Amino acid sequence: MENHSTILDSTFHALSDPTRRMVVSRLMRGPAPVKELAKPFEMGLPSFLKHLKILEDSGLITSRKEGRVRTCEVRADRLEAIERWFDEQRAIWESRYRNLDNLLMNLGGEDTK
Amino acid sequence: MKPALHFDFVADKSNNTITVKREFAGKRQLVWDCYTKSDLLDRWFAPAPLTTKTKSMDFREGGHWHYAMVDPQGQEYWSRLDYQTIHPIDHYSALDGFSDETGAVNPDMPRSTWKVTFTDASDHTFVQTVVSYGSAEDLDKVIAMGIKEGLASTLNRLDELLLQLDA
Repeated sequence: MENHSTILDSTFHALSDPTRRMVVSRLMRGPAPVKELAKPFEMGLPSFLKHLKILEDSGLITSRKEGRVRTCEVRADRLEAIERWFDEQRAIWESRYRNLDNLLMNLGGEDTK
Repeated sequence: MKPALHFDFVADKSNNTITVKREFAGKRQLVWDCYTKSDLLDRWFAPAPLTTKTKSMDFREGGHWHYAMVDPQGQEYWSRLDYQTIHPIDHYSALDGFSDETGAVNPDMPRSTWKVTFTDASDHTFVQTVVSYGSAEDLDKVIAMGIKEGLASTLNRLDELLLQLDA
């Protein structure tokens, strides 16, 4: 069985930077070459490559080289683990608050007795 | 019945926080009581199909609520909420954490800070809860546990079971 702590290690650090978040958003729409990914940012290629390395090290993205073109891609399983956790938190709060709605309704009824 | 009450859930991954905003059909004093009195908390705090069981409650700055969420098989998930600041009936802040049945907080698991604010919205009450983790690493740990064996996965299993039983 995979170690989920290792999987998630440094994921949040990787997503703590606006440049890296934009790269990940772009890659959610499909794979892209490094050159295209770097275009929207006003920084030198070496700085941009450092961001890509952090994303790759965190396991959020992978890259492969074909000829002279390096193409990046998101690793969906990493992102899914995080999304799933936030979805579950949302479900917990929704359920909990439905209980509170019912309780408030009952207490309101008790008050007017 | 599905009341059209405002609900807003925002997960800020860059800031390690969750912000939950919700409107309730009740006066602020009553909603405040539901959040701060254990006999009332026991009636709503755990998400279905779990139930809440209070071991002890000392609602004052420096005091804490020691409680368990209990699943239908009787498995208990203990937690402890340590109250830091209290301003009735406007807001309170507290430190959440996993504990055991004796109330000892698990030192290996990160704790989150809760800031809960209550405001009037005509004859309703508006509650905002901000849950923040100290760092990305803290949140990683909590998520990793949730995936492995936490409450959240228990809920999923139960949801699946309930769906099967309904079918």
